[in-house]
Amino acid sequence: MIKLGQRKKQLSRALFLAAFVATSLQAAKTDVTIGMQLEPPNLDPTGGAAAAIDEVVYANLFEGLTRFGSDGSVLPALAKSWTISDDGLTYAFTLHSGVTFHDGTTLDADDVIFSLDRAMAEDSTNAQKQLFANIKSVKNVFDVVIIVLNNPDGNLLFNLAWGDAVIVAPESVDLLATAPVGTGPFKFKNWVQGDQIVLEKNAEYWGEPVKLEQATFKFISEPTAAFAAMMAGDLDAFPAFPAPENLPQFEADPRFNVIVGSTEGETILSTNNLQEPLDNVLVRQAIAHAIDRSAIIDGAMYGYGTPIGTHFAPHNPAYVDLTGKSEYDPEKSKALLEEAGLADGFTTTLKLPPPAYARRGGEIIASQLRAVGINVEISNLEWAQWLEQVFKGKDFGLTIVSHTEPMDIGIYAKPDYYFQYDNADFQALIESFNVETDTEKRTQMMQEAQNIITDDYVNGYLFQLAKTGVASAKLKGLWENSPTQANDLTGVYWED
Amino acid sequence: MLRYLFKRTLILLATLIVASLVVFVTIEVVPGDPASYMLGMNAEEDTVAALRIELGLDKSRPARYLSWVTGLLTGDFGTSYTYRTPVAEMVADRMWVSLPLAIFALLLSTLIAFPAGVYAASRRGGITDTIVMALTQLGVAIPNFWFAMLLVLLFAIKLSWFSAGGFAGWDAGFFQAVKSLTLPAIALALPQASILTRVMRSSLLDVMNEDFMRTARAKGLSRRQALWKHALRNAMVPVLTIIGLQFSFLLAGAIIIENVFYLPGLGRLIFQSIASRDLIVVESVVMILVLAVVLVTFLVDLAYAWVDPRLRSSR
Amino acid sequence: MKLRSLLPGFFLVLLFFSAALISYIWTPFDVTLIDIKARFQAPSATHWLGTDHYGRDMFSMLMVGARTSIAVAFVAVGIGMLFGIPLGLAAAANSGRFIDETIMRGNDLVFAFPALLIAIMITAVYGPGALNAIIAIGIFNIPVFARLSRGAALSLWKRDYILAARAAGKGVARISFEHIMPNITNLLIVQGTIQFSLGILAEAGLSFVGLGAQPPTPSWGRMLADSQTLIMMEPRLAVLPGLAILLTVLGLNLLGDGLRDWLDPRLRHER
Repeated sequence: MIKLGQRKKQLSRALFLAAFVATSLQAAKTDVTIGMQLEPPNLDPTGGAAAAIDEVVYANLFEGLTRFGSDGSVLPALAKSWTISDDGLTYAFTLHSGVTFHDGTTLDADDVIFSLDRAMAEDSTNAQKQLFANIKSVKNVFDVVIIVLNNPDGNLLFNLAWGDAVIVAPESVDLLATAPVGTGPFKFKNWVQGDQIVLEKNAEYWGEPVKLEQATFKFISEPTAAFAAMMAGDLDAFPAFPAPENLPQFEADPRFNVIVGSTEGETILSTNNLQEPLDNVLVRQAIAHAIDRSAIIDGAMYGYGTPIGTHFAPHNPAYVDLTGKSEYDPEKSKALLEEAGLADGFTTTLKLPPPAYARRGGEIIASQLRAVGINVEISNLEWAQWLEQVFKGKDFGLTIVSHTEPMDIGIYAKPDYYFQYDNADFQALIESFNVETDTEKRTQMMQEAQNIITDDYVNGYLFQLAKTGVASAKLKGLWENSPTQANDLTGVYWED
Repeated sequence: MLRYLFKRTLILLATLIVASLVVFVTIEVVPGDPASYMLGMNAEEDTVAALRIELGLDKSRPARYLSWVTGLLTGDFGTSYTYRTPVAEMVADRMWVSLPLAIFALLLSTLIAFPAGVYAASRRGGITDTIVMALTQLGVAIPNFWFAMLLVLLFAIKLSWFSAGGFAGWDAGFFQAVKSLTLPAIALALPQASILTRVMRSSLLDVMNEDFMRTARAKGLSRRQALWKHALRNAMVPVLTIIGLQFSFLLAGAIIIENVFYLPGLGRLIFQSIASRDLIVVESVVMILVLAVVLVTFLVDLAYAWVDPRLRSSR
Repeated sequence: MKLRSLLPGFFLVLLFFSAALISYIWTPFDVTLIDIKARFQAPSATHWLGTDHYGRDMFSMLMVGARTSIAVAFVAVGIGMLFGIPLGLAAAANSGRFIDETIMRGNDLVFAFPALLIAIMITAVYGPGALNAIIAIGIFNIPVFARLSRGAALSLWKRDYILAARAAGKGVARISFEHIMPNITNLLIVQGTIQFSLGILAEAGLSFVGLGAQPPTPSWGRMLADSQTLIMMEPRLAVLPGLAILLTVLGLNLLGDGLRDWLDPRLRHER
C-alpha cells in the first residue's frame, strides 16, 4: 500500500517537473540573446558617443520626445503630439501622461527640461552637443514643453530622436552609466563586464508592452567566435554579423534567417585634403579612378554593400548616382598623376581602424593604388589610436571609416573636420539647408551638395555598409535596416 | 634556512618594486587618450577635457605612480576608466575563468606526462620510448593556437561535442563550466605535457644512473621496485620545478588561447584594456600576473632549498 | 651516433631557410598583388598550393612568411646573444661581486615577467610591427644567454689552465674572450637553435593577434588569423601556414638535439 506521504512526494515531484518543463519551454519563447561585437563602455547614451551604447539602450531602456522608426522616419515617442509656430521658431510638445521611470518616479515636463538643459550645459559631456546648439530655451508651460530656437531648423524633430537626446530623470542621473534608469519598455537587470548585459521587461511601461520577458546582449568581438556561437545556438540573433563570408552557410541552414538591409553608414576612403600631394584635386581624382569598388565589396564584404559615388545613402530618395565620375580606370589614373606632375607616383599613409571593411578593404585598396604607382604604408590601429592620430591629430594621408550617422553630409561643411575640406560655397549651401523647411527645396539642396563634394573628389566614396544580420528562423520583428545605431527590440517576438 | 628565506624575501620585494616601476613607465608613455576614446568622434574638445579631469588623467606622472602603488599595497587596484568599476572586482571575476583554466590544463598536462614519462624511461630505447619521444617532439613544435583552431574545427563545428568557445559560467553548473574550458585546456596542455614528459623521462633516467640506484639494485630490488621506491621520489624535484613554472606560464600565457575561444579571462581583459587605452587596468593586471609568477618561483625555490640544503648557499 | 635527429632536422631547416632566402630575390608570384577574381583556387600547375582569399599565391605567401618568421627570430636571438653573452661572461668573471649580483638580479627581473604577455603589451602599446616584435622577443632572450654563459663560464673558471693564465697576469676580459668563449660555443649554438625555434613560435603568436609584421608583409601567424572565419570554406588556408610553423620549429628542435649530441660528448646523456 502506498503511504500518503509517498503520494504527496510523487505529486509534488510531478508538479515540480511540470513547472520546470513549462517554465523552460516558456523561457525559450520569451527570452532572446542578441550578439554584439563591441561592448559599450557604459550605458549612458547622453554622456558618451560609443555607438554600442545606443545599440543596447536605444528604444529599449530610454526614450526621447521623438524616435526613429525602422524605416528611418521620425515618430512620436514620449511626446504625444506637437505644434510648430509659423515662424518655425517655437515648438510645443505635449507629453503622454502616466509615464513612469524604471525607479517609479513619474515623467513630467520638468524632466524633459532637465534632460535638454543637461545636454546643452557648458560642462556637459554629451557627445552630440551640436544637436542642441540651435535651441535658445526650453521651458515648462503648464506641462507642455516649449522649445524656442535661435533659427528655424528643419532638423529639430530629427535631432530629438537621437539617442543623445533621450529623457532622463534628475533622481537617477548619477547612476546612468552603470545602472541606467529610463522610461523604456525594458528595464536594466544586470551587467557582467566583458560578457553580457541583461534587460528585463518593464511591467509598468506606459505604452504597448513588449512581447519579450528578457533580453540578453552578449559581446563577442571575434568573427570566428560569432559564427560558432550562432551555430551552436548560444545566440538567437546577431544583428550586425561581422563575418559576411559565413552568411552563405547560414542561408543554407533552415534554422536561420539572414536579414540583409541597409545602414546609414557611408564607407569612405577619407583623404586628408590638406596633406601634400593629396591637396591636389587631380591626385584625389587619380585615386578615385584607381579604385575598383566591386573588388572591394566582393573581397572585403563578400558581396554585401552598395557602391556609392558620393557621401549619401543610396536608399535615400534624394540620392544622386554619381558613381560614373569615379569609374575604375587605372590608365586614366596614371594619366592624371602625370598631369599632376607625379608620374613616378608618391608614398602616403593608410591608417585603418579595426572593422573588417577597413582592414580588408585597406589591403585591397593598397594593392589597387600600388598598381598606379601610389605606395601606401598601412597602419592597423585600435579605435583609441585612430581617434587620437587620425580624427583629432589629423596625422594621416588616407584612412577608411564608415560614417554611420544619418544625413551627415553636413560634415563636409566643417573645415576642421578630420579630412579638412574647406569650400565656402558648400558651407553656405549647408547653412541654407539647415534653415530650410520646404521638403522639395531641401531635396534640391541635398542633390547639389552631393555634386559638389563629388566634383571636388573630397574623399573616395566606396560603398554603403549593409546591415547583415543573422537570426533564428523563428525570431521575428528585428529591424532589417539600421537608420540609427540601435537594436530596437520593442517589436521582437518568437513565432511558434 | 632562515637566512636564505630572509634573503629571498628581500629579493622578492625588490623585484616587485622594480617591476612596478617598469610596468608603469612602459605603459604610461603610451600615446592614446582614454577620454577621447570613450567620447568618440563627434565629441568636443572641452567635453573631452572635462572627462580627463574626472578620470584623474591630469595629475602628474609621479603622483599617479605613487597613488597606484599605494593602492596596490592596500588591495585597491584602481578604477577602470572605461567601465567605472573597481579593477579588483574585474580581476576577481576574470580569475574565476583564468585560474580554473590554468589548473585544468596543468592537471591534464601532468596526467598525460607522468605515465608517459615514466613508461618511456622504464622502456628506454624501446619502441614505446621512441614513439613517446617522437610525439613529444611534435607536441612541442605545434603552435597551441593552431592546435586550438583544429580542435574547434573537429570537435565543435564538425562533431558539435563542444561549443566553439565562450564560458558557460559557474552559475550554469560545474559540469557545464568545465565543459566549456575543455577544448582550451587541451590546447594549452598539449605543448606543456610534451615538455613535462621529456623532463620527467630525462630526470628519471638521470636518477636511475646514480650510484644509490645501483646500490638499491645490488641490494636485490627489482628494476620496477627500484624505480618506484627511489627513482621517482628523487626525480620529482626538477619535475616539480617545471610544474611550478608551467603554472605561472599557463596563467599569463593563456592570453592567445583565451582570444581563440573568447573566454572572459585575464588575457582578454588585457587585450580589451590595451585597445581602449584603459591604462590602469593594464598596469594592475600585469602587476598581478607578475606577482603570481614571482611568487611561484619564490615558493619553488624555497621548496627546492628545503629539500636540498646544498642549494641554499649557492645559486 | 645520434644522426637520427640531426639529419631530418637539418633538412627541414635547410628547406625553410632556403625558401626564406630565395624569397628575397624571387617568388613565383607577387604577394602584394591582390586579385579578387582569382581567389580560393585549388592547387594547380600554376598555383602549386592554390590561392588565398585575396587571390594571392599560397606558395609565395608561405615563402615570404618564412622570411618574416626567420628574420624576426634570427635578429631577436642575435640581440639575446649580443647582449646576453657578454653580460654572462662578465658576471662569471666577477663571481660573487656586485656586478655579478646586479646582472643576476636583472636576469631574475626579466624572467619574472611573463614573456608572451609582455611582448603583447610592448607591441600593442608601442605599435605593432616586425621591429617591435623583434625587440620584445629579443629582450627575453638576453637573460637566457646571460644565465647560460654565466653558468658554463663559472665551471670553466675553476679549471687549472684558466687559473694559471690568471696568475700569469692575463686580463679577465682577455681570458673570457680567448679561453672561455670558444669552450662554451657549442653550448651556445645548441641553445641558439632552441631559442630560434621559440622565437618562431613567439613571432607566430604575435602575428596571430595582429601585433607582428603588418600588411602587406605576409606572416604565417597572420595567415592563420585571416583563415579562421574561412576554415570551413577553405581549410587549406588554415592547414598550410600551421604546418609550415610546425615543421620549421620541429626542424630546429631536431637540429638542436642532434647538434647537442654531436658537438659535445660531455653534454650527451644516455638517451
